[in-house]
Amino acid sequence: MIRVANPEPFVEREDDDMIICRCEEITKGEIRRAVYDGMRTTNEVKRYLRSGMGLCQGQTCQRLVQGIIASELKVRPSELGMIQGRAPVRPVEIRTFSKNVTDVKED
Amino acid sequence: MLEKREADVIIIGGGIMGCATAYRLAKRGVDVLVLEKKEIGNGGSCRNAGGVRQSARDPKELPLAMYAVQNIWPQLSEELGVDVEYHQGGNLRLGLTDKDIKVLENHTAKSTKLGLEVEMISGDEARKLCPYMSEEVVAASWCPSDGHANPLKATLGFYRKALQLGVTFVTGVKVMALEKVKGRIRKVITDDGVYEADQILLCAGYESRRIANTVGIDAPVERQFNEVLVTEAQPKMFDIMLGVAGGEFYGHQSEHGSFVLGGNSGLQAFTSNNDNFVTNSLTAPCISRGIIKYFPILENVKVVRTWSGWYDQCIDVLPVIDNIKEVPGLTVAFGFSGHGFGISPAVSIAVSELMLDGKSTTIDISQLTYDRFHAKG
Repeated sequence: MIRVANPEPFVEREDDDMIICRCEEITKGEIRRAVYDGMRTTNEVKRYLRSGMGLCQGQTCQRLVQGIIASELKVRPSELGMIQGRAPVRPVEIRTFSKNVTDVKED
Repeated sequence: MLEKREADVIIIGGGIMGCATAYRLAKRGVDVLVLEKKEIGNGGSCRNAGGVRQSARDPKELPLAMYAVQNIWPQLSEELGVDVEYHQGGNLRLGLTDKDIKVLENHTAKSTKLGLEVEMISGDEARKLCPYMSEEVVAASWCPSDGHANPLKATLGFYRKALQLGVTFVTGVKVMALEKVKGRIRKVITDDGVYEADQILLCAGYESRRIANTVGIDAPVERQFNEVLVTEAQPKMFDIMLGVAGGEFYGHQSEHGSFVLGGNSGLQAFTSNNDNFVTNSLTAPCISRGIIKYFPILENVKVVRTWSGWYDQCIDVLPVIDNIKEVPGLTVAFGFSGHGFGISPAVSIAVSELMLDGKSTTIDISQLTYDRFHAKG
């Protein structure tokens, strides 16, 4: 994929203030702007804006984010791929996480 | 879109080194093309805990770190037009044992000699700076001018700025080999055909070695696996970059409020499933135990995600930044060994001078040459 700067100015839209990523409160306008700035994949937009980095890890918004990027780039959403999945699927307390080893001690 | 196959300079690797150097070169009027195998910043550039640290650096690369902190980081957000979330909150390296204290004292003495303001402080003094620390901490080194930044925004910020200055990026192409023409570097052979340039910068992390090998250049760099965990956002607790002498974890609380804490299990060099960026089930628990030991107050904070990446670990834990005499026109910058992010804005200045002026005049990188590796005896 060849990437160069967009020579046209960024055009704002009426629905740009719509919140897409609820966890991190990222709007449609911010996502469109990120694509304009050069982000070309779901992961790059995520890294640039934090969309999909909140508590739900993109489980709610990533299809929407994907759709917005796709329409800006004029490609099919399926060409963009998903954001990288991250363990754990649900948030886990540090205390719980720390106890993965069974300490076998004989008295 | 028009295809571009030729440029004054081709940069191999779209990480922070490549993006920042592309920006510097474009600023000096050079026509630059960047080739990246996957996505921008997909390697170590977006897979690190964001340290902008001078303390505990090898004196050989300390000039890069000090230059970056004194001259670049404070203005970088303004320069790039992207908030890189730079915070100069200082760096505490914590010790629990006598052995730890020796390690910290050794680094402190070396850095002080080179003019860095860093000192040893007691556990109680450290707890004054960061009240959430456990009583087990008996000593620390304290460097008030250290800090942290957001590596994702810094990498993509340099990328965006380079684009604006006319740099072309091509992603999704894998470099297979380099080729000389009439004794000079010229061709980059990729899985998408041939690209050509007068000068080539190789800064592709641990993959640099494979690529350099194709023109007979080799440096002792191996990839090394490391992992990071990220917690849910917490109210602001401290702005300090943390490290521990024992190596259990390192990291900071980000501007977002989450804690970004890296570490390893000690087994990472010998685990078998490292061909993908997957996290190992042993590592985050191991980092968690380290956190509880030093910061028991965080034990109920939830881990939201974990991720992994590879260091391009050099045998002496220092980067190779040099013009390669054996292959005129080829410049390399790799082997950053897990602490390249903080110095990256300074590296880009040194590399752009190496490439355009033949030597780095602003910053001393004379100890980081390609010819420094010798067999023993």
